[in-house]
Amino acid sequence: MLVVEQILNGLQLGVMLFLMSAGLTLVFGIMRVINLAHGSFYMIGAYVAATVTARTGSFLLGLAAALPAAALAGMVVEFLILRRLYHRDHLDQVLATFGLIFFFNELTRMIWGRRPLFMEAPSRLSGSVELVGGLQYPVYRLAVILVGILVALFLYLLFSRTRLGMRIRAGATNREMIGALGVNIPLLYTLIFGLGTLLAGLAGVMAGPLFAVEAGMGDSVLILTFVVIVIGGIGSVRGAFIGAILVGLVDTLARAFLPALFRHLLASPSSADRMGAALASMSVYIFMALVLSVKPAGLFPARE
Amino acid sequence: MKRFFVFFSALCLVLAALPAQAVQPVKIGMITTLSTKAGYLGEEIRDGFQLAIDMEKGRLGGIPVQLLVGDDGRKPEKGRQLAERFIKKDHAKILTGLVFSNVAMAVVPMVVRQGIFVISPNAGPSYLAGRGCNKNYFNTSWQTDNLSEVIGQYATEQGYKNVFIIAPNYIAGKDNVAGFKRYYKGRVAGELYTTLGQADYAAEIAALRSARPDAVYFFLPGGMGINFLKQYAQSGLSRDIPLMGPAATDERLLHAVGAAALGVINSSQWCVDFHTPANERFVAAFTKKYGRTPTLFASQGYDTARLIGSALAAVKGDMTRTDDFRRALEKADFTSVRGSFRFGPNHFPIQDFYVRRVMAAENGGYTNRMLKKVFNDHVDAYVGQCKM
Repeated sequence: MLVVEQILNGLQLGVMLFLMSAGLTLVFGIMRVINLAHGSFYMIGAYVAATVTARTGSFLLGLAAALPAAALAGMVVEFLILRRLYHRDHLDQVLATFGLIFFFNELTRMIWGRRPLFMEAPSRLSGSVELVGGLQYPVYRLAVILVGILVALFLYLLFSRTRLGMRIRAGATNREMIGALGVNIPLLYTLIFGLGTLLAGLAGVMAGPLFAVEAGMGDSVLILTFVVIVIGGIGSVRGAFIGAILVGLVDTLARAFLPALFRHLLASPSSADRMGAALASMSVYIFMALVLSVKPAGLFPARE
Repeated sequence: MKRFFVFFSALCLVLAALPAQAVQPVKIGMITTLSTKAGYLGEEIRDGFQLAIDMEKGRLGGIPVQLLVGDDGRKPEKGRQLAERFIKKDHAKILTGLVFSNVAMAVVPMVVRQGIFVISPNAGPSYLAGRGCNKNYFNTSWQTDNLSEVIGQYATEQGYKNVFIIAPNYIAGKDNVAGFKRYYKGRVAGELYTTLGQADYAAEIAALRSARPDAVYFFLPGGMGINFLKQYAQSGLSRDIPLMGPAATDERLLHAVGAAALGVINSSQWCVDFHTPANERFVAAFTKKYGRTPTLFASQGYDTARLIGSALAAVKGDMTRTDDFRRALEKADFTSVRGSFRFGPNHFPIQDFYVRRVMAAENGGYTNRMLKKVFNDHVDAYVGQCKM
């Protein structure tokens, strides 16, 4: 039963990571921009949702306000700043977007103060529910898994069935060619960036009732997100989905079972705790190294 | 002409010297943590300290003071730089403000050797209470282990036989768990050390559920605690398995966690609902000035300022009388908002400790209410190692 519960936890972490990494992998793969500030849009989503939810008492209104806010913020940043960076090298992009992290963290502190915001799960989704075999599981986490799977489906349809999706895929494979075919590249880039930050904002809204809504909340999730897109293959949404689920499962299961495993293997409980905790926090990176040693371009590289 | 010139020069000298002697305020350097996610701790301490100065209209103990504030960003090297600047450039003789043990360890041993006084309103690592104690270092809050020792004693008194432990995998986490185990006599149902700054605790909560403990001891400061409390409440466990932690739910954190923190047991040397005149005055003035309920950190900042004031009054603001100033600090001749307060031989407080419980407040929010006193005149575990 514990294993089932931990697998659910891993799935839930995985779909959260997917929402973050889907946008980032598109931006990275198509626009070739390393956007370290992606976590800031996650934070914007959470802050706007927390504020609107607190004012109106409605989680749905909070969600409805946060998604356009994150998308809009993303498009403004793309228009004002990133456009100037496309032809620069990666170091310049890293510097500029790293600066944006500080800018947004300080901005949220100026607007909302240092005190973390309060955000609650909607009452219908609070508490826990009994699944098969007496397993108690929080309803909200189930809802997060559901939303993540729906978004994955939506993106699948968007990319495989629509003209916009076709252009985005074409852009990931050969940017110069679709430009030569007359596609409005600047507009396409702004849209992609907006879509990416919208998904990050959605992840932020989903995170609000689970995590502390505070300045800098996006920074810790960003590292795992980069791990996901490197494992999945840069530019591939399918890779981001598989990578996110794998990373979520590896991280959760390692945290859940490694300490106990080491207690069985080692005689001294204190060194077992130390080893278990250390290895659990490294597990994702070890996993990444293993994947890359077999498939250096990630599981599903967009460009062969 | 020559006589006029001499007279004029003398007049200038006198005029220049006069204000320097009469109103030169005593400078106090505050090295504290204002940025990063933990920045609210420094903010609370600074606001509490500043309140004490404002209540005396720019003075402490009747002596004009100037508070210089610097943000260490939780980084030891930044703390050192600030200390050098306050000492060399501003000629401050008193430093305070330290929030984190790692910054304190970088700053305190270096500056106390130069004859500078450090009065720490928060950071109290075991080294500075024991082998590394110094005649010029004072702490007005607690030794780091203390608040966890209180929880350990409380768990023993409650008759808990099977407690689950969760803490981050770093020095203060280990110290706190050691403090808890020093007074907890029951069995440990399980022990988990998490990554510092971890956001998701689903795996830990599932492991905790399957261990079926009587209660949970958690030490997860700041945002980690917010994450954990929210997720714990959603898991439905808070109905059955009580949570206890050291200073785990200050008023700022409660604002972000809300009802998910209801019933959490936490330890402190101070509580907002202490009915002493000194505390009521402090709470009323703080709430009026800043529009929020003070946390225990604010009370520590305030007490630190008042302690410094009592010593400044004893030497009449003359910081060259270092031995008198030190003796005055040791006497701790001020009314602490926490009630009884005196220093032990290692310059750490000997004081009472309490457990508080999170309850709904009258104004609709949540606050800590005093539950019971756990220790009388508690002394830290390292005092025996201190040779001053």
